[in-house]
Amino acid sequence: MAYQQTIGVRRYGFPDLRTLLARASPERSGDQLAGLAAASAEERMAARLALADVPLARFLDEALIPYERDAVTRLIVDGHDRAAFAPVAALTVGAFRDWLLLPSTDSACLAALAPGLTPEMVAAVSKLMRNQDLILVARKCRVVTAFRTTLGLPGRLAVRLQPNHPNDDERGILASTLDGLLYGAGDAVIGVNPASDSVATQVRLLERLDALRTRFDIPMQSCVLAHVTGTLEAIRLGAPVDLVFQSIAGTEAANASFGVTLALLDEAHAAARALGRGTVGDNLMYFETGQGSALSADAHHGVDQQTCEARAYAVARRYRPLLVNTVVGFIGPEYLYDGKQIVRAGLEDHCCGKLLGVPMGCDICYTNHAEADQDDMDVLLTLLGAAGVNFIMGVPGADDVMLNYQSTSFHDALYLRELLGLKRAPEFEAWLARMGITDADGHLAAPAAQARLAGRLAQVLG
Amino acid sequence: MAADEPVPAGADPWLALARHTPARIALGRVGASLPSAEVLRFGLAHAQARDAVHRALDLAACAGALAAATGLPAQVVQSQAPDRATYLRRPDLGRRLAPAHAATLAMASPPPDLAVIVADGLSALAVEAHALPLLVRLRRALADLHWAPLVVAGQGRVALGDEIGERLGARLALILIGERPGLSSPDSLGAYLTYAPRPGRSDAERNCVSNIRPAGLDYPRAAHTLAWLVREALQRRVTGVALKDESALRLLDGAAAAPDAEAD
Repeated sequence: MAYQQTIGVRRYGFPDLRTLLARASPERSGDQLAGLAAASAEERMAARLALADVPLARFLDEALIPYERDAVTRLIVDGHDRAAFAPVAALTVGAFRDWLLLPSTDSACLAALAPGLTPEMVAAVSKLMRNQDLILVARKCRVVTAFRTTLGLPGRLAVRLQPNHPNDDERGILASTLDGLLYGAGDAVIGVNPASDSVATQVRLLERLDALRTRFDIPMQSCVLAHVTGTLEAIRLGAPVDLVFQSIAGTEAANASFGVTLALLDEAHAAARALGRGTVGDNLMYFETGQGSALSADAHHGVDQQTCEARAYAVARRYRPLLVNTVVGFIGPEYLYDGKQIVRAGLEDHCCGKLLGVPMGCDICYTNHAEADQDDMDVLLTLLGAAGVNFIMGVPGADDVMLNYQSTSFHDALYLRELLGLKRAPEFEAWLARMGITDADGHLAAPAAQARLAGRLAQVLG
Repeated sequence: MAADEPVPAGADPWLALARHTPARIALGRVGASLPSAEVLRFGLAHAQARDAVHRALDLAACAGALAAATGLPAQVVQSQAPDRATYLRRPDLGRRLAPAHAATLAMASPPPDLAVIVADGLSALAVEAHALPLLVRLRRALADLHWAPLVVAGQGRVALGDEIGERLGARLALILIGERPGLSSPDSLGAYLTYAPRPGRSDAERNCVSNIRPAGLDYPRAAHTLAWLVREALQRRVTGVALKDESALRLLDGAAAAPDAEAD
């Protein structure tokens, strides 16, 4: 056995790094479904003890998924920056956790290190970290991106306004959008999940949202979260495409199940950049991920779901994205069973993404067949606010009437701002004050003022 | 009024916008937070959705009622998932028949055109409320076809219909199943149609009609759509992407469903 640990009279063996990582992973229904989880609580700790002694450099020599078989592995290996890795090159995984928690390991230090880390290294160290470690380390990471707003600055939190409608009705979508704007949300992106997969619908919605933007001079970016091929077509048709959206995963086969390759993403990235629509920055990719997607596509190669997820961030960072969103509880209880597993996964994803230099946000969410409720979402929301998450979702009343799941609401974002004193993206914050939606301190205006504003904004429903 | 003073509960002045969308907009606020009335309204909706997931379908009663209404024999089977907790964690078990029940399904001769399977899925409520009225209409619309006996399945996923359809020797399997409950729709019924059913069929090889309930896709429209799909599938000998691409049915209001919402 390549990796071993003895506890009392019992000896645990793990044939390879992939197995060791899976057995060390916190309990998770998806890994159990895949048959990868530790068989006992003691075996899980044995794996963690063994993992703590593995040198970080070992991850450069032992690929979890063979280089020849997987484009994501090739991306990770070929893109590794050995010079950036140097400060931690001599550490074991356990010593790396200790190093991350040192006060001297600051934001600048972590930003410089990011290109030297692989997804497998950060997944490994996260398995040795408690929730408080995941929060503290993530908070030290700073990933700032910009398009028409600047996101990820210290002391700030942005919101993706998610105005979905079951039939893509334009008025319905605009009504939810105005609701969100009047609640001071939308600085990350106004992003619609379309019910229809038609490019015509995508173009129509993009035009309406862009008309709203120009009419009120809003520093915002819009996005219709259609497949990347649809967005490429929309660009060819001359639609006002700000951001390119795509769901991605951590293996080549899982990405193939989404209908994407790195070449296709390269093409879409280049096409959108050529439009030159950003004003304060040129980060324009918007990726969504989530633990369990590789297993769901039967494309996990025996790698645990949290490590697969971290590998998706290697795909994301190739494109210097504006937003990366882990949609943590959407996939269902066969992957993340309950509130405890969802909370842990959200913190892991956020911390691992940030360590890799990815602008992480989180769709803090659950479905009705998961053992979770709004109280669990409040816990994860508060913890991610403390951890410095770049953005969260804003769904009217937390109830997505198109996708049938519960996320966070405009009110939830206000709660977090109130609790932790978090400001909005500076450009958007200034616009809200200029419009009179908020006062100079960022608090929502009184109802009388809002009535006039709502009347003015509602003209776009025309 | 100072900017940070609480507005009266439910007092967002843009309530008029709410007529454009079923989304929960213009909810009002107390400080940063939701008013009590909305917290309770949301809590009730979630409670109903949770109850729908965990409610047990009375399989025998369901089979009896369906048999009486359609004039077809109906039998009860179980998947390999013994209980709801296992069902939620192990979708693979919900896709296969319990061995003891598999043996009770006999191949009919001549082969039936259509096997209809009714399964609890993620909402027994949906099956209790909508399976019978839909099936009565479907039976009427497709009275000329050769129907297999009805099968009512407990702890079933969509793909369970494949194994049942194969064992019955049917050309087509149609499974009516409770969908994952949404907050505003705890009783949504889904229908999945598979040509030449057998274990291992992929989701791309099925047609789906989703959100069947009076407030969504109502019974007459759902029955019309399904009857059309059944006849086309039998004629073209295919279901799934190939059939869908040539039909205009997806454009029907409510027929375009988020694939994630289904109890597959």
